[in-house]
Amino acid sequence: MSIYFTKEHEWAKVNGNLAQVGISEHAAHELGDVTFVELPAIGKQVKQGEVLAAIESVKAASDIYAPLSGKVVKVNSTLDATPEQVNESPEQAAWMLELELSDPAEVGSLMNKEQYDAYLKSL
Amino acid sequence: MQLIFEQSVPGRKGVMLPASDVPRAAALPEGLRRAEPAALPELSELDLVRHFTNLSRRNFSVDTHFYPLGSCTMKYNAKVLENAANLFAPLHPLTALLPGGSDLCQGALGMLYDLAQMLADITGMDEVTAQPLAGAHGEMTGMLLIAAYHKAKGNQKKYVVVPDSSHGTNPASAAMVGYEIITIPTAPYGDMDMELFKQAMNSEVAAVMMTCPNTLGLFNPHIKEIADIAHSHDALMYYDGANLNAIMGKVRPGDVGFDVIHVNLHKTFGTPHGGGGPGSGPVGVKKALVPFLPMPCIVHDDDSGQLRVQTDSPQSIGRTANFFGNFGVMVKAYAYMIMLGREGLIQVSEQAVLNANYIKEKLKGYFELPYDQTCMHEAVFSASRQLEHGVHAIDIAKFLIDKGYHPPTVYFPLIVKEAIMIEPTETESKQTLDAFIEIMIEAAQLAESDPAAFAAMPVSMPVTRLDETKAAREQNVCCVG
Repeated sequence: MSIYFTKEHEWAKVNGNLAQVGISEHAAHELGDVTFVELPAIGKQVKQGEVLAAIESVKAASDIYAPLSGKVVKVNSTLDATPEQVNESPEQAAWMLELELSDPAEVGSLMNKEQYDAYLKSL
Repeated sequence: MQLIFEQSVPGRKGVMLPASDVPRAAALPEGLRRAEPAALPELSELDLVRHFTNLSRRNFSVDTHFYPLGSCTMKYNAKVLENAANLFAPLHPLTALLPGGSDLCQGALGMLYDLAQMLADITGMDEVTAQPLAGAHGEMTGMLLIAAYHKAKGNQKKYVVVPDSSHGTNPASAAMVGYEIITIPTAPYGDMDMELFKQAMNSEVAAVMMTCPNTLGLFNPHIKEIADIAHSHDALMYYDGANLNAIMGKVRPGDVGFDVIHVNLHKTFGTPHGGGGPGSGPVGVKKALVPFLPMPCIVHDDDSGQLRVQTDSPQSIGRTANFFGNFGVMVKAYAYMIMLGREGLIQVSEQAVLNANYIKEKLKGYFELPYDQTCMHEAVFSASRQLEHGVHAIDIAKFLIDKGYHPPTVYFPLIVKEAIMIEPTETESKQTLDAFIEIMIEAAQLAESDPAAFAAMPVSMPVTRLDETKAAREQNVCCVG
């Protein structure tokens, strides 16, 4: 399983035609204390770059964009009661949902960990 | 301070009514009657007056404090405007809709008619509806008008384009009407990135929503080109009038290519808001959208020379508010415009822009100014220099509360890290601005010398630092009693 990142600071852990999705450490830190995560319905179809979920912190409400195209097959509903997981463990426990990918080749358009770190330094 | 329910004493009354000598009517059916008395506080009139007077003394308002809340235009609300609104208080809001009723309220109808004409004149639009009850309601009404326009033309439209500096209500209003949102990033100079805008435009774009000057307080010099590109795709230009206070009498949105605009009477035209009163968000449109305006509207009957109420029109989007909208707010805005006149309104904008630039120049040595240019009516700083010492924008806001200032807007616009958005408005004197500037400099110095001091602030208020995270995460709202 490999982890990939978007310029909008989502991550996708890709395993075959499945991908877990969440937001990066950097994004969680920038948002501040997360107070609410709005997860999509299971079965929702999204194209890469479309709005997939939303997240609210004490500072702002932000959209989360689909890092890859596909269908939502699982959501992490523990985030409903404990959104603070997004601050505590953004890239592990606070995975948000799982996508069944419709075009796994899109992974080529994402950044790997090294590229993402370099991108963060450039901001 | 005790809650009003805690002050309640069983049996205490504000008013002693005499025994009724009117025969009792048939009692309410059993099922509709209350089983127990309502849990209302029992107080004397004096208890009540003191409670609310004391509560009001703890409030921050324009009448008590400088209130430089960016994007909100918290200007002084002249008290004479309240008197003007009170003149109309006895008028029943449905009078004009009764048969023959419009003859009885020509003055009120005349006020509505003239207000719309004046707003059309200021914004460069052909007609104005004053029905919408607030800014976001105006946006939604505007987007419904745009959707009706495209539907009538048979246009297949799917998207609305907004810059990422926009007010959050812009994409929300467009989405409520059913459009998908395309967000355009801001270029390094502070305006919407023109290349990305051009790439995003296509024949399925219904409208481009702009705030100009934008939420960085910057006027977009490419606005005419943006409008031309939008119109080449038969997309309409929507102007968010929240920042109209910067440009009155200088630029008319209708002259630079905008087709629809909402204005906030409660921001630009001196009527109270922010808990002080309801808003009003009139919408102006160009000719092509006039057939879709909400009904009822006021029309001039050339035969009788009287004003009449038109209740129906075949392509109208229908009613968007009860009666004619927030009438009292309109009376105040009307009186404000009459009071200041054309020259006065121009001076309002000039003074508002001058005041913002004065603060910007005086503070830019102490706070980071991410877009360092001449601003319009507001200046956006970042607390990024203070953040190096662990002091956030929110800490500076709390510091200001202790010093007797309503904090500026913080963390908006979203594209500025640790944003502090200051809008002084035209109604503040140089002395007030200088005193505020001094306090802001004190905050910057304290951030360097003793950053830990901010953690407990505010210390002088009835409630000190609130746990905003806990309040948002563990929502436990209930009705007392």
